Amino acid sequence: MLGSRMNWQRWVMMLPAIIFFGAFALVPMLVAVYYSGLRWDGVSKATWVGLFNWTHAFASGQAVHSLWLTVELMVLCWLLQNPLSLVLGVFMAGKQRHRTVYGVVYFIPLLFSAVAIGITWSYILDPEFGLIDSLLKAVGIGNGTENWLGNPHLAMFVVACIIAWQFIPFNSLLYQSGVRQIPASLYEAAMLDGAGPLQSFFHITLPQLKYTIITTTVLILTGTLTYFDLIYVVTNGGPGDATEVLAMHMYKEAFTNLNIGAGSVIAVILAAAGLLLSILILKFTGFNRMESQMEGS
Amino acid sequence: MTTMGSQNSGVQQMPPRHRARKRRITGHGIAFTTFGTIWLIIAAYPLLYMLMTSFRTQNGYLTGKPWLPPANPTLSNYAQVLQSGFFHYFLNSAIVSVCSVVLIVLFALLLAYVIVRSQSRTVRTVFNVFLVGLALPIQAAIIPVYILINKLGLYDTLIGMILPMVAFGLPLSLLILVNFVRDIPNELYESMGLEGATDFQIVRYLVAPLSAPALVSVGIYEFIQSWNNFLFPLVLTQSRSVQVLPLAIVQFQGEHTIDVPVTMAVVLFSALPLILAYIFAGKYLRRGMLAGFGK
Repeated sequence: MLGSRMNWQRWVMMLPAIIFFGAFALVPMLVAVYYSGLRWDGVSKATWVGLFNWTHAFASGQAVHSLWLTVELMVLCWLLQNPLSLVLGVFMAGKQRHRTVYGVVYFIPLLFSAVAIGITWSYILDPEFGLIDSLLKAVGIGNGTENWLGNPHLAMFVVACIIAWQFIPFNSLLYQSGVRQIPASLYEAAMLDGAGPLQSFFHITLPQLKYTIITTTVLILTGTLTYFDLIYVVTNGGPGDATEVLAMHMYKEAFTNLNIGAGSVIAVILAAAGLLLSILILKFTGFNRMESQMEGS
Repeated sequence: MTTMGSQNSGVQQMPPRHRARKRRITGHGIAFTTFGTIWLIIAAYPLLYMLMTSFRTQNGYLTGKPWLPPANPTLSNYAQVLQSGFFHYFLNSAIVSVCSVVLIVLFALLLAYVIVRSQSRTVRTVFNVFLVGLALPIQAAIIPVYILINKLGLYDTLIGMILPMVAFGLPLSLLILVNFVRDIPNELYESMGLEGATDFQIVRYLVAPLSAPALVSVGIYEFIQSWNNFLFPLVLTQSRSVQVLPLAIVQFQGEHTIDVPVTMAVVLFSALPLILAYIFAGKYLRRGMLAGFGK
C-alpha cells in the first residue's frame, strides 16, 4: 500500500515541474548575479569586470533615480488603488441587483492586456484628438491641449492612474469577498448599541478587513515593483527619464544598449527587492495567519 | 428588547426596529451608490470609446467629436484587421497559451500530489523553493532566459516562449493546487491504495477528478496570464511569423500611428476570446482571476 514514502513514480512525477522551474526560472535568477559582473553585449566575448557595473550604476545615479521612481510609483499606486478599491468592494458586497450588474462592467478592463490598455489610454490622452482634452475644451476648462503623457511632472501620476483604472476592480473583488465574510451578527450587535453606519464602517468593517487590506497591499506593491508592459507602451520611460522605473531601465540597458552586465545589475536589484518585500510582509503582518484563515473559511 | 434576546422576542419586536434599520442602510447606501455609479462611468466610458472609435472612419476620427458615437459607422476597420494577418497572430497566441496552460496544470498537479502525500524532507524543501519563487519577478530572470533560449536555438520560435511561461506559471498554480489536494480525505487515498492502485492511477482517477474546480480556476488564470504576456514575446521573438497578439498590436500601432480607428479594432480583436469567455462563463472567469488570492 502507498504510504508517505517516496517511490520511483513519485520522483518521476516531481521531475517535470522541477526541471522547468529550475532551468527557466531559478537558475536564470542566479545566472543574473554572475552576468552582473560581466562586460558583455550578449554576442561577442565577455570580460569579467567584477563590481564595475555595480559601482558604475550607483555612481552615475541612473540606478538610484530608477529606484526612486519605482518607489514613487509603488506609493502612488497604493494610495490611488487601496482606498478606492475598499469603498468599491463594500459597495459591490451589497446584494441588490444593480450592484451585481455594475460589478460585471467593472471587471471588463481586466480582460485586456496591459499593452492594449496602454494603447487605448494613449489615444484617450492624446493632446490633439484625445477624448479627455476634447471634453475639457468642450466644457470650457483649459485650452484642450494638455499633453498628459508628455509632461514630465504629470507622466508618472497619469501612468499610476491608468494602472489604477485597470486594477481597482480586481482589488475591489477581493474586498467584496472580504466584506461578505464579515458575520452579520457584528453589525446587528453594533446597531443595538446605537452605532451609526459610519461608526459601523470604522469599528467593524475596517478592522474585519485587516487581512484583505494586507493581501491587496502585497499584490499592489509586488505588482508595481516590476511594472513594465504599460509603461513601455505609453511613455517608454519618458519624457526624458521621468518614468524610467527599474524594469524599464533594465530593459533599455540590456536590450537597447546591449549592455548585459548593467541590465543584470538592475535585474538582481529587482529580485532582491522582491524577496525583501515578501520577507518584510511575512514578518510584520502575519501573512501566514491570513493564509490559514483563508483556508479555514 | 433585551440585549440579544431569544429568536422569538426578536421577531415580536421586529417592525419598529426593522424600519429604523432600513432607513439607515438606505442613507448609507446613497453615498456608496453614488460612488459606485461614478466608477461605472469611469470604467465603462473608455471601453465605450474603444468600441465607438473602432467603428469610425479615418475622416470621422479626425473631424468628429470623440465622445459621441460615430456619425457614419463602418466595419472596414475590422476587415482591415483580418487582412493585416491578425488571424495568424491570433493562432500563435492560441497555440502558446493552450500549450502553456496544459503543461502548467499537468506539472503542477503531479508535483502537488507528491507534496501532499509524502513526508520526505527533500519534497518539503522543493515546495519551499517554489514558494520563494512566488516572490521572484519574471523581469529579474529575463536576461539569462534570453541568452539560454538563444543557446538552445529556440530564439524566435513559439516553443521558446512557452518554456519560460510554463516555468513562471508553476509556483502560483502549485500553491493553489497543494491547498486543494490537501483537502481530499485520507480515506479515499487509502481505499484506492488497498486496491493496489499506483500513484499515477491515483492522480488520474482520484485526484484529478476531485480537483477539477481548482484545475479549471488555475487553467483560466494561467490562460489569461499567457494570452496577455508581453515581455517574453518582446524579448524572445522578432519575426512576424511567430508574433503573438500583444506584440503584434504594439507593432501595428507603431506602423499606423495616425490610423487610430483600425488600432482600436485591433485592440478589441486581441481581447476577443476573453471577452467571449466573459460573456458566456463570467462566473468561472472571475473565480479564475481571483484564484489563489481569495475566495
